[in-house]
Amino acid sequence: MLSLIVFLPIIAGLVILAVPSSQKQIIRIVSLLAALAQGVLAVLIWKGYNPALPGITAGPGGSPLGSFQFVEKVPWISLHLGGFGSLNIEYFLGVDGISVTMVILTALVSAIGVLSSWTIQKQVKGYFILYNLLASAMMGCFVALDFFLFYVFWEIMLLPMYFLIGIWGGPNREYAAIKFFLYTLFGSVFMLLVMIALYFSVLDPVTGNHTFSLVAMATQSNYIKDAILGPDNVMWRYVAFIVLFIGFAIKVPMFPFHTWLPDAHVEAPTPISVILAGVLLKLGTYGMIRINFPLFPEVFHASMYVIGIFGAINIIYGALCALAQQDLKKMVAYSSISHMGYVLLGLSAGNSEGMVGALYQMFNHGTITAMLFLLVGVIYDRAHTRQIDKFGGLASYMPVYAAVVTVAWFASLGLPGLSGFISEALVFVGAFSSPTTRYIAMVSVLGIVFGAAYLLWSLQRMFLGTRKADAAYDLQIGTDGHEHIHFHDWKGKIDLDGRELAMLVPLLLITLFLGIYPMPVLGMLTSSINKLVQVLSPVVMSQM
Amino acid sequence: MFELPSGAEIQGIIATLKASVGFFIPEIYLSVLFMLLIVIDLVAKGRKNNLLAITTLVGLAGSTLFIFQQHSLPPGELFFGMYVLDEFALFFKYFFVLSGIIAVIVTMVDEQFDREVKSMGEYYALIVAMVIGMIMMASSADLLMIFLSMELVSFTGYILAGYFKRNARSSEAALKYLVYGAVSSGLMVYGFSLIYGITAQTNLIKISHELAAHGSDSLVMIFASLLVLAGFGYKIGAVPFHFWSPDVYEGSPTPITAYLSVASKAAGFALLIRFFYIAIPHGGLAVENKLGLDWVTLLIILSVSSMIYGNVVALWQKNVKRLLAYSSIAHAGYLLLGIIVMNNQATLLYLLSYFLMNFGAFYVVILIANKTGSENLEDYRGLGIKMPLAGAALTVFLISLVGLPPTVGFIGKLYIFSALLSKGSLYIGIALVGIMTSVISLYYYMLIPLNMFLRESKRPDDKSMTLAVAPQIFMTALMILTLVFGIFFAPLSDFANYSSAMFGMTLPLH
Repeated sequence: MLSLIVFLPIIAGLVILAVPSSQKQIIRIVSLLAALAQGVLAVLIWKGYNPALPGITAGPGGSPLGSFQFVEKVPWISLHLGGFGSLNIEYFLGVDGISVTMVILTALVSAIGVLSSWTIQKQVKGYFILYNLLASAMMGCFVALDFFLFYVFWEIMLLPMYFLIGIWGGPNREYAAIKFFLYTLFGSVFMLLVMIALYFSVLDPVTGNHTFSLVAMATQSNYIKDAILGPDNVMWRYVAFIVLFIGFAIKVPMFPFHTWLPDAHVEAPTPISVILAGVLLKLGTYGMIRINFPLFPEVFHASMYVIGIFGAINIIYGALCALAQQDLKKMVAYSSISHMGYVLLGLSAGNSEGMVGALYQMFNHGTITAMLFLLVGVIYDRAHTRQIDKFGGLASYMPVYAAVVTVAWFASLGLPGLSGFISEALVFVGAFSSPTTRYIAMVSVLGIVFGAAYLLWSLQRMFLGTRKADAAYDLQIGTDGHEHIHFHDWKGKIDLDGRELAMLVPLLLITLFLGIYPMPVLGMLTSSINKLVQVLSPVVMSQM
Repeated sequence: MFELPSGAEIQGIIATLKASVGFFIPEIYLSVLFMLLIVIDLVAKGRKNNLLAITTLVGLAGSTLFIFQQHSLPPGELFFGMYVLDEFALFFKYFFVLSGIIAVIVTMVDEQFDREVKSMGEYYALIVAMVIGMIMMASSADLLMIFLSMELVSFTGYILAGYFKRNARSSEAALKYLVYGAVSSGLMVYGFSLIYGITAQTNLIKISHELAAHGSDSLVMIFASLLVLAGFGYKIGAVPFHFWSPDVYEGSPTPITAYLSVASKAAGFALLIRFFYIAIPHGGLAVENKLGLDWVTLLIILSVSSMIYGNVVALWQKNVKRLLAYSSIAHAGYLLLGIIVMNNQATLLYLLSYFLMNFGAFYVVILIANKTGSENLEDYRGLGIKMPLAGAALTVFLISLVGLPPTVGFIGKLYIFSALLSKGSLYIGIALVGIMTSVISLYYYMLIPLNMFLRESKRPDDKSMTLAVAPQIFMTALMILTLVFGIFFAPLSDFANYSSAMFGMTLPLH
């Protein structure tokens, strides 16, 4: 099941390889079918998922079964090595509450991304091959439970992303693409070293061999006492935690490693922005939850404060930067940084409320930001500019668009009744109830105010008032005597067309629904998060 | 001083020789092939066809059969300790024969040969001669034999580098190669003489026994090691013995560049590993080392400076061949890491991965140069759209050179870094240098796909860029191998592990 959901897009990519490049429509449809099939599988996984099982660590008897679900575990590479014992790498997939929500999010955003890619005209074949490769790798990251496998998927994402930004991006795309590539590679090469060091430090309790299994690594008693990352080597454990954290923080992106993100977003085509904000950023925080924290719980405990401070910086700094942007897409990009700060803050609280909030925020940010970038793309397609002050009074001429934007913007600022509110509220509840992060949470609340400011201000400048003198559109008196909007060289429908609605409406409904009734997602999360909190708590550590 | 040997002794010598010849069949076979090629060239003079190339291909392929038979022979010394046969040597025999085969295949597609030279005459014979020389380098167990085999490889290398006689750059390459080669082999022989002075032995195993029994002055020893390293360092192209390589790589015919950068480098590594592991093992002997320095320290310096220099200087290169030359300096640095931790398996595996990805990269560079007539980065603009398969293949090879999964280059790096970290925190500093420089390397390797895919061509699209079918298939095969071995690397790893056994090794290898 999980293998299928991971490799479906790659299979689609191979099919596309055989399709002549002139058959653009077939290529698009093949991709869409793969994405829809992924969606069906995601729904099946969601239906079949048993929220009672905790995940995170191994179940009874050291086996992942009974704790993880949909487990697929086969030896991939098992070698006797001359120099360093034997090498065991497993093809090990499985989901728990943390990953299953991300799997659903990924399937959803991937499918929306395919729809959004319909307007790509340049080298359609190459585009969809790379897109499908990216979709597979993202999904793989979320379900891999073997560190080696995770790393392979993690690195496979980089190259398609580089080309997708670099070939189909905006004017400054070369710079943005290589910046993205170098930043993430910089983070991940350290991950490679930590991965190898962990391998030499951990024994699988069942087989007695060294292992890359993240499940085995999450139990502290599996560590060899005097190994390089064993419990005795306190210094190296801190170093490993920090470099891993930086590796993931670059992806989040956390201040001060965030500078690649605005560049990448501004240059990337709309669907890639959607994927980037909707899924890729989540991989950073997912990596922290899956790898960084449970593997080094004592270091996490010692650094909760620091993570919280960085979270607060992200929230406020991101919001302030967003406030200063003229480019709408850049504003949304900085708002992403701000919103990922809430995730960090929630994680740093270290209690169930905060962590559930963080995970829920990851899911909601995925859906909401995907919507924001799609909406930015809609107006950019029509006006070929994203400068906020080139618009004004759009609400009168594009009422549907304005309505959707308003809901999305309000979801982003956390209006009660929409999903973003619940996750942010949970994050703050968690952060306030933890004595370490209480004051950080108090400062972070400012972020909500700034968030409201930039979102409402942009809404006002673009949609209210009247057309400005240097606006990106003209007004014409139509045959019916009313004023109509006219964009230069835009032949399509002025307001949202069917394809755009097909992308936006599902996201909108999810946002609304999860704002009123969050249990479908929260229910899947709770037992895993409780287990995680238990793994991270100092009481358990003192017992080891 | 010399007494005439008695009759019985002569009988003994002849018996040893007779016994040894049985272990020397691949080398004899290749020597016959070498002579056969010269004869064929004389007979078929003037006819321009692929007769020579195909004979070489078939001949080289046939030699693997004889090498395969050697697996059943027991490892041991031949010819009075001049030469050894062990799994390590067998590995390199396959490696060099395959390199020779690929060099021939690569030459056959390179259209520059049609323009530059009238007859391929001795070219293929020289490639075979170089294969023989490199095989002997990997099997030598005596200082004299090391020197002789190394000179055989060097001389054929000088001629091949300057094979485009009318091309000034090619001649320049040959001359530079010769001058640097002469100096460094001179230094190496001086180092050998010092070692002979200390131990009165030329056989590597006996040298190690002498050193173990009597010890040595650590200052002389480190000096001798340094001088010997000058010779080996020249062959592997490590900093600070690398000065020849950018010019030679740029000027030589591209197949020869590929051949030198893979095979000749590997031969240097084979020698370096055998010499240091067997003759002056590290850490195992009770020799007091007053300086606290030994060859491992020297190799660390060489390795770190190669990784940094190669990767940083490559950033400014505008010519793809030159860029790959600097990258090969950097890769020499990564390979040295495996030797520093005495992990033959990791080193050999890295060599295998380097073989695939470097030959692959040069092969595509040649195919592109056939169509555009240029190896400048600037002329790669927009090629990815005109020849998508070549672009994809080159991207895969370059990604593999960076060391990203799922390519074989990643497996090479994984093994090297695993070998480093299996020593605990001892080598973390060097591992960090390796990791950081591979991030730097991403930038310059990606310059090639950047130009191919992200930039538009400046020139009008009048020329057809379609490649012939056969080169496309070969290129795709290399690309698929690079990817498949990146995911299922067990065979490579097993082979490297099997091949890490060396005759006369006193220390456990890891």
